[in-house]
Amino acid sequence: MTRRYSAFGLIREGLRHHKGWHPAWRSPEPKRAYDVVIIGGGGHGLATAYYLATVHGIRNVAVIEKGWLGGGNTGRNTTTIRSNYFYPESVALYDFSLKLYEGLSQELNYNIMLSQRGVATVAHSDAEMEISARIVNAMQINGADAELMTRDQILAKAPLLNQSDQARYPVFGGVWQGRAGVARHDAVAWGYARAADSLGVDIIQGCEVTGFLTEAGACVGIETSKGVIRAGAVGLAVAGHSSVMAARAGFELPLHSYTLQAMVSEPVKPCLDTVILYPGTGTYVSQSDKGEMIIGGGIDRVPTYAQRGNPPVQETVISGLLEMFPSFGQLKMLRQWGGIVDVTPDSSPLIGPSPLSGLYLNCGWGTGGFKAIPAGGWLLAHLLAKGEHHDISRPFDLDRFTRGRLIDEAAGSGIAH
Amino acid sequence: MQIFTCPFCGPRVETEFSFAAEAGKTRPEPAAEVSDDTWAQYLYANANPKGATREIWVHVTCGEYFMMERNSVTHAVAGSILLRSETP
Repeated sequence: MTRRYSAFGLIREGLRHHKGWHPAWRSPEPKRAYDVVIIGGGGHGLATAYYLATVHGIRNVAVIEKGWLGGGNTGRNTTTIRSNYFYPESVALYDFSLKLYEGLSQELNYNIMLSQRGVATVAHSDAEMEISARIVNAMQINGADAELMTRDQILAKAPLLNQSDQARYPVFGGVWQGRAGVARHDAVAWGYARAADSLGVDIIQGCEVTGFLTEAGACVGIETSKGVIRAGAVGLAVAGHSSVMAARAGFELPLHSYTLQAMVSEPVKPCLDTVILYPGTGTYVSQSDKGEMIIGGGIDRVPTYAQRGNPPVQETVISGLLEMFPSFGQLKMLRQWGGIVDVTPDSSPLIGPSPLSGLYLNCGWGTGGFKAIPAGGWLLAHLLAKGEHHDISRPFDLDRFTRGRLIDEAAGSGIAH
Repeated sequence: MQIFTCPFCGPRVETEFSFAAEAGKTRPEPAAEVSDDTWAQYLYANANPKGATREIWVHVTCGEYFMMERNSVTHAVAGSILLRSETP
């Protein structure tokens, strides 16, 4: 039984030389059959298992992970959480996720270190200010918090921004979402894993899914490196490798896999207490609690499964950073990493039944999967438990490409891919 | 910086190139008889293979589209192939 974490427990263990801590989750061998099997032990897969257990009372569940928990994009992102999208369907999805994040530390009894420090998307011209006003209006109509900020308001939030008259991308103002922020990414995976495990979910790491078991044209289980596991329903939450698994299930998805890279600087004293995005440079940056600058940009535009970044994109991202914050020119970079993101033609996710009956999809999040973990898990759990869509996930079904009902957020909110 | 080879201009830096599509897709015809499903598959579905790939790229600076055989894990390039076999 999982022990509840508390300040009292921390003091007690401190006095006992920390000899009473136990592993936060078990490492069981897989059973031969489960009610539900989820492929992918990242944030989305673990959240799905947790909500199956809590919301739907389905606890005979396994999460199958090829590597280790949160070892993919959940452990390799820039940790930003926001819902500043344009279309009603998107705001409903991402704001639902933000609301779940707001209560998550208490719910999971695990500190995910959510810091709602706000996100500013800067506008660089009068025309961009008009588009910013349009996005703010759309967000407010759709029920998310948003504020149109003037140049002075943005500069008050981040005084180190480039204030020069000669700036290539000057600050005219921007879109502010105060409820947005950052969270400790590993803690999200670990918190969901611990909570799901305590409810009876089996988390099986180091187990690769090699194929799908089908009977009468329906998926009834999976073949793995640890043997066949039967399941009443199977969920797929493997981000950049969704197409690889889809090929094993016999269908293709509207996805391309790209590298999204990010980097952190050496730690410095606190000087940036919000998240800043420059559409002009495509670079965004925040400062971690440890003092490192966390810097990201657009995807590498070469389809790839290599978890490393191309130098030209690094150059673009870093030159963008120096345009935003000239004083960061002396910063030393500490490390850089790349994750594989699965990008759809309309930059919106795929949630819903797959072409193979009994197999359900949660993929296509592109560069924005971390912010959507609670909602992605909630909605996939709903599909797996009920066999039908939640109202929020319905517009994101694979059939939108056949019906021509794309949700084009690249055009709507100008996201970076 | 990776070097790709344009069939016309020779080896050039990767920033001059842009990925266009997966190779091997055939436009379904005739249009009047093509179902929405078939058309959506043609427009949007991809094999997105891990490993050996055949892709259509464009050398942006000269405007020529060509086929590139590549590995999507190692990034090794096997070759660039003309889409046109004859000159007009």
